[in-house]
Amino acid sequence: MTSSDEQALICQSVTKTFRAGDRSVEALRSLDVAIRRGKITGLIGPDGAGKTTLMRLAAGLLRADAGSVTVLGLDAARQSLEVQGSVGYMPQRFGLYEDLTVQENLDLYADLQGVPRESREARYEELMHMTGLAPFTARLAGKLSGGMKQKLGLACTLVHPPRLLLLDEPTVGVDPVSRRELWSIVNRFVQEQGTTVLLSTAYLDEAERCSQVVILHEGKLMGQGPPSQFSDPLAGRTFQVRIPSRKNRDVQELLSRRAGVMDAVIQGDAVRVLLAPDAPPAAENLLPDQKVGSVVPVPPRFEDGFISLLKKRYADGAQPQGAPPADVSNGTGEPDDSDSRAIDVHNVERRFGDFYAVKNVSFDVRRGEIFGLLGANGAGKTTLFRMLCGLLPASGGTLQVAGVDVRKTAAAARARIGYMSQKFSLYGTLSVMDNLRFFSSAYGLTGPLRRERIGWATGEFELAGVVDDNSGVLPLGFKQRLALACALMHRPQIIFLDEPTSGVDPLARREFWHRINALAAQGVTVLVTTHFMEEAEYCDHMAIMMAGEILALGTPAEIKQRARSKENPDPTMEDAFIRLIDTRSAEVS
Amino acid sequence: MTPTVQPQDSPLRDAPPPRRGGSLMRLRGLVRKEFLQVVRDPSSLAIAFVLPVVLLLMFGYGVSLDAEHVPIAMVVDKPTPDTNSFCAELEKSIYFSPDYVNGMREAERALLEGRVDAIVHLREDFSEKLRRPGGAPVQVVINGVDANNARIVNGYVDGAFGKWLEHSATERGVSAVPPVGLEQRIWFNANVRSRNYLVPGVVAVVMTLIGALLTALLMAREWERGTMEALLVTPVSMREVLAGKIIPYFILGMGGLALSVAMSVWLFEVPLRGSFWVLLLGSSLFLLTALGMGLFISTVTRVQFVAAQVAIITTFLPAFMLSGFIFDIGSMPRPVQWITHVIPARYYVTILKTNFLAGDVWSVLVPNMAALAVMASIFLGLTRRLSQKRLD
Repeated sequence: MTSSDEQALICQSVTKTFRAGDRSVEALRSLDVAIRRGKITGLIGPDGAGKTTLMRLAAGLLRADAGSVTVLGLDAARQSLEVQGSVGYMPQRFGLYEDLTVQENLDLYADLQGVPRESREARYEELMHMTGLAPFTARLAGKLSGGMKQKLGLACTLVHPPRLLLLDEPTVGVDPVSRRELWSIVNRFVQEQGTTVLLSTAYLDEAERCSQVVILHEGKLMGQGPPSQFSDPLAGRTFQVRIPSRKNRDVQELLSRRAGVMDAVIQGDAVRVLLAPDAPPAAENLLPDQKVGSVVPVPPRFEDGFISLLKKRYADGAQPQGAPPADVSNGTGEPDDSDSRAIDVHNVERRFGDFYAVKNVSFDVRRGEIFGLLGANGAGKTTLFRMLCGLLPASGGTLQVAGVDVRKTAAAARARIGYMSQKFSLYGTLSVMDNLRFFSSAYGLTGPLRRERIGWATGEFELAGVVDDNSGVLPLGFKQRLALACALMHRPQIIFLDEPTSGVDPLARREFWHRINALAAQGVTVLVTTHFMEEAEYCDHMAIMMAGEILALGTPAEIKQRARSKENPDPTMEDAFIRLIDTRSAEVS
Repeated sequence: MTPTVQPQDSPLRDAPPPRRGGSLMRLRGLVRKEFLQVVRDPSSLAIAFVLPVVLLLMFGYGVSLDAEHVPIAMVVDKPTPDTNSFCAELEKSIYFSPDYVNGMREAERALLEGRVDAIVHLREDFSEKLRRPGGAPVQVVINGVDANNARIVNGYVDGAFGKWLEHSATERGVSAVPPVGLEQRIWFNANVRSRNYLVPGVVAVVMTLIGALLTALLMAREWERGTMEALLVTPVSMREVLAGKIIPYFILGMGGLALSVAMSVWLFEVPLRGSFWVLLLGSSLFLLTALGMGLFISTVTRVQFVAAQVAIITTFLPAFMLSGFIFDIGSMPRPVQWITHVIPARYYVTILKTNFLAGDVWSVLVPNMAALAVMASIFLGLTRRLSQKRLD
């Protein structure tokens, strides 16, 4: 047994099953994990992989069905109180008391953690300085922005310095500036205090900031080690392809269908390609009939390693979840003159009391375009979507959707739009077929037309194998496909997708974007919100939103252009976002 | 015989955990948090203070089970000095407001339309029959839809007639007093004011609201918002978490009690004949029971909506209907009477009514308090057993 001197957390063949009614879900299956002391370990995996279950086991909140969990040399199940004395745990939705002020929240956790009264003053000052919350100590926690809430949550967890810090998706949906700050706080703790950190995340670029990663998939361990362990073996197989005369989306489509190409994804102004290990095509052959263009070898990154692991897993006979889909043919009529505007928004605002959820927003979207709204949780993306779909009246401004004024005749507009809400509003207790039937009839489809569309949906979205399953028990990737099928039932001209890729694994995300691209190619206008920076690259035009306002509007290239400087000649979307927020807060203060 | 050696590594859960700070510090933090939350949450304030006042005002002023100024239709077929004297008697009474109508037909219509609750019909031969033995000369027709009201009106008319007979007999110098006199004496609530027994009952409802409903809601809210998960991973023990809920709501409940008693005694002039300390003891026992029920409900459901529904159905409604607060338990069907024995409010209402109206009658108070003590320990014990510091 590896001594607990080196390992802060040791899981030995841990199994945990949850029962809900007559159904049981294996959250973790004979998992063996060891977390090194004094390091940051990243816990990577899609929703439902078992990340939160592992965290809760380590915090002594759950008891394993089999196997043992040892935390700092203590049995997490039997000595949970002792474990909780030396562990700091920040749950996904951190339990801040929203009707208590920042200071009162800190006081409560200091009392609960038994921080001596005399050392509090200095401790608070340090934490408030580190998190930048010092000016807001008298503010109610509920009135803080999403990023500030996360930082306060972290401060409360750190009020007594823990030896093991468990952070469950602390950065997901948080704006990039707050994300950067959260990371620097965590890094400082590790360096200064030798704290051990276990941090789960949905952002694969964050894995590279960890010294170790643990990859979970459907409750099983897929890999464990330093991030380079996953990317290094791929050396020589990753390239950036640029074809100036063609849209990146088209290049990506083209390349992803080539034999020997394992993965093709848009990265900045190029398409990143990962070649298969056996019989990869020569790099030059990636540009067969395109004479102009370049293929540049690039170092592999963690995401490439993760993708190749997932692909291998599916190739080994797991569910064919990530099979590249055939082109989605929506069967929409010919797009009329592509010049016309599908959406025209002018000076729209929405107030809730004295709070502006959306303020002075103007933009327009042309037919057949993919328009992205990028922003953190609470930026106003969902509110804007709801107004565009006529689900929420605007407080001011004009909204034209598919040529109809939504503020006057919302119902007329709704027949032409499809809406896929966050977390996929499906009827979980109904089967896939029942959901398709319901949504088709809700959109007024009857008779042969309805049968035809249901047939189309099950075929195009590869749902035929699961039509009789309850939609609530489907894997997230299937739910996402079913939700999209339901939203497309009535051949809408415009489709609104609210955070469609949140929490799904990177393969399902790629597959989803493939479908979206195909829809746009047929003339369907797509509006999509996301908090994944790199997904903005798929859009023709995009807007960065923060605190209800649009900070920047344009093509992804134009927006990144603004952040270009001598020090950073090739900024990423995240750099651009951070730059925008920084200039903005400089303007405000 | 070998000497037994106490093993050094006794089961670890028995060993005192090496925790920083005192239990007192953690408890203080929890209690303070709870008070801050109540003060900042308008809905908690409404349940804790506004609702009690509204209920007390409603039952103190609005709801009355006494019949006063009952509208009646008077039909006098042939006015004589006798009928005039009888009518005057009725008019004098605070219980009736008579309305003279012409003929039974009109009176019946008034009854049908609900304008009057009863008809008093004095026939042509009223004066003659009055002087003959065995006559029953007054016809009374009562709207029996509201059975309770009907009985009361019936009693009042009977009483008024008896009184009048007595009066008129004395005036004529004849003794109409029957050989055996029935001397009525009403104890504890001499004026038979329904307010006097409704208002103490409201206190039970108020305490149920604060103890069970509010506590169930706020505990379930912690589960819903994820704050419970964050609490559980701190070195706090489950005992402290529960105490951190019981202490503030006990204090809040006592505040509700003080408010209710003050309003009862000074605003509604309900006598408080027993000792205040006995009232405090009985109320503490009931409040602990209610808190135990509230915590038990929220521990099991963990969802605010369900907790509220269950709390209303299992604590609030029974406290209203099956506690003897409004409806007398003795006149309920037998099976329902059995059920009332598991309703804590039943014991508390008995304690309240005894304490307020009769005084410290220990033979009544002790068994009821004992029942509450048993129930409080059952619910608090169950909650303690079910509350694990774990999520599964």
